[in-house]
Amino acid sequence: MNVVVCVKQIPDPAAPQSLEASTNTLDRSGKLILDDSDAYGVEMALQLVDKAGSGEVTLVSMAPNGEVSGLRTALAMGAAKAILVSDDALKGTDALGTAKVLAAAIKRTEFDLILAATESSDGYTGTTPVQIAELLGLPSITFAKSVTIDGSTVKVDRQTESGYDEVTSPLPALVTVTAGVVEPRYPSFKGIMAAKSKPVDQVTVADLGLSASDVGAAGSGQTITKVVDAEARSAGEIVVDEGDGAQRIVSFLENLKLI
Amino acid sequence: MAIDKILVLVELTENGPTAVSLELLTAARGLATTVEALSWGPGVQAAAATIGEYGATTLYDAGDIGGALPGVPVAGALVGVLQSSGASAVLIPTSYDGRDIAGRLSAKLNASVLTNVTGLNDDGGLTTEHPIFGGTQIAHAKFTGSAVGIYVIRAKSFAAESAGGAAAAVVAAAVPAADATGAATIVARHVEERTGPKLDEAAVVVSGGRGLGSADNYSWINDLAKLLNGAPGASRAIVDAGWVPYSHQVGQTGKTVKPTVYLACGISGATQHLVGMKGSKNIIAINKDQEAPIFTVADLGIVGDVNKVVPALIEALKGR
Repeated sequence: MNVVVCVKQIPDPAAPQSLEASTNTLDRSGKLILDDSDAYGVEMALQLVDKAGSGEVTLVSMAPNGEVSGLRTALAMGAAKAILVSDDALKGTDALGTAKVLAAAIKRTEFDLILAATESSDGYTGTTPVQIAELLGLPSITFAKSVTIDGSTVKVDRQTESGYDEVTSPLPALVTVTAGVVEPRYPSFKGIMAAKSKPVDQVTVADLGLSASDVGAAGSGQTITKVVDAEARSAGEIVVDEGDGAQRIVSFLENLKLI
Repeated sequence: MAIDKILVLVELTENGPTAVSLELLTAARGLATTVEALSWGPGVQAAAATIGEYGATTLYDAGDIGGALPGVPVAGALVGVLQSSGASAVLIPTSYDGRDIAGRLSAKLNASVLTNVTGLNDDGGLTTEHPIFGGTQIAHAKFTGSAVGIYVIRAKSFAAESAGGAAAAVVAAAVPAADATGAATIVARHVEERTGPKLDEAAVVVSGGRGLGSADNYSWINDLAKLLNGAPGASRAIVDAGWVPYSHQVGQTGKTVKPTVYLACGISGATQHLVGMKGSKNIIAINKDQEAPIFTVADLGIVGDVNKVVPALIEALKGR
């Protein structure tokens, strides 16, 4: 059982975020970390491989600047190796271009299953995994809240508007997992040390046989025209509870004639 | 109008088109000379009257797809309809299936896709609005190529208004023969029972977050919601922690709500949460941290212990 996990390295969401003035794209020049959303896919992959008793977990990622710190986190959790597509030409790539890059990178390794998060925490486009599946000619099941493997079939409980569906698909397939599908492990000290020597195969856009027109701002079929401040809500009344907090809420609701 | 024809993807439940589908039909009407729709499932014929009333003249019917996940067959049907109808844009609801369909369609057409759209403008071509950084700023974007524009639009971005039109003419849309991509099959469906108003339709939403301290304390949120005839909601943090089902989640990855009153109990107000509730008419927040971002959008903010204020509020409301 070989599992590929698509992971994204993003600017720390807890730190202040900004846009690059010339392109209005997210400033990614600082340190990048493993997207929290991807830790679930990595954990799921490790558990599935463990249960199968053989195979390995391969990470696939793309970043404009050769960043590996987020990948090292996932390697420390237990992934065996990583493929990192790193190229200046990737800057400004849209979701479809990203899918083309990741699909080409995935073809460089053996896999039975591809896992990804439902969406990234920085761009939250949410279409890249399914675009990858289409480009690779694979079935896909999104929004998994549980994933099990039964021989050559993947079984998924898929979130729906009204509950969930049990969905099955033959392997190979692509599955996106929701946060909370499993509890991600913390890397152990031993894992962190081992991660330092695990292979990270750095490849360029040319190595993947893609042309520059498929990726980057040039290959992107969309552009940001402007960024404006949203209409601010007028400042509210913020009070420290002196035992009268509940009563204040009651009065507020009364004024709205809701009670 | 700068746009000749827009195609709207309409999702159906047993009660007809979803609210967001009607919102998209209404928006399309204001932007294009002709609006057409595509839908699938056993209820298409029955929905033709409503879909026509909201402005579509033609309703393409991709038919009953049985247990297949909609992504592959519906995107396949869309490819054919877009080619024959000449529509230059397709509006798709942000939903579990909508995002699958958009992703498949984008790759099939080699066309870029814009998601999380909350506004559409006609500036001599369609431009989009996207809330970023927790909704503090709005990015405007547009497509650059000549491909069909695929727009995935968040619920409640537009008001749904009937135009009083006649029933849409139903035309069969061909679904390409299934290949390996369409091999995922639904073998069973489970509906989680919920009582009271729906989260995205309720006039009052009471949401709980990590500040509640434990899963057990979420029962206060249920009690409070019941007392206010509202719906209980949740932050992503406690959904991830398994306290409540995913269907309760308000925010970027969950539901967008715009109730008359949104009561946030023990929720700090992460970007991902604010995006889903910032449009509420009135926001009340209870949080012990005065610096919590939730207070930047609150009309009434109580800086205090949610585990004291909420039980007191329940008692006060019970006594009325």
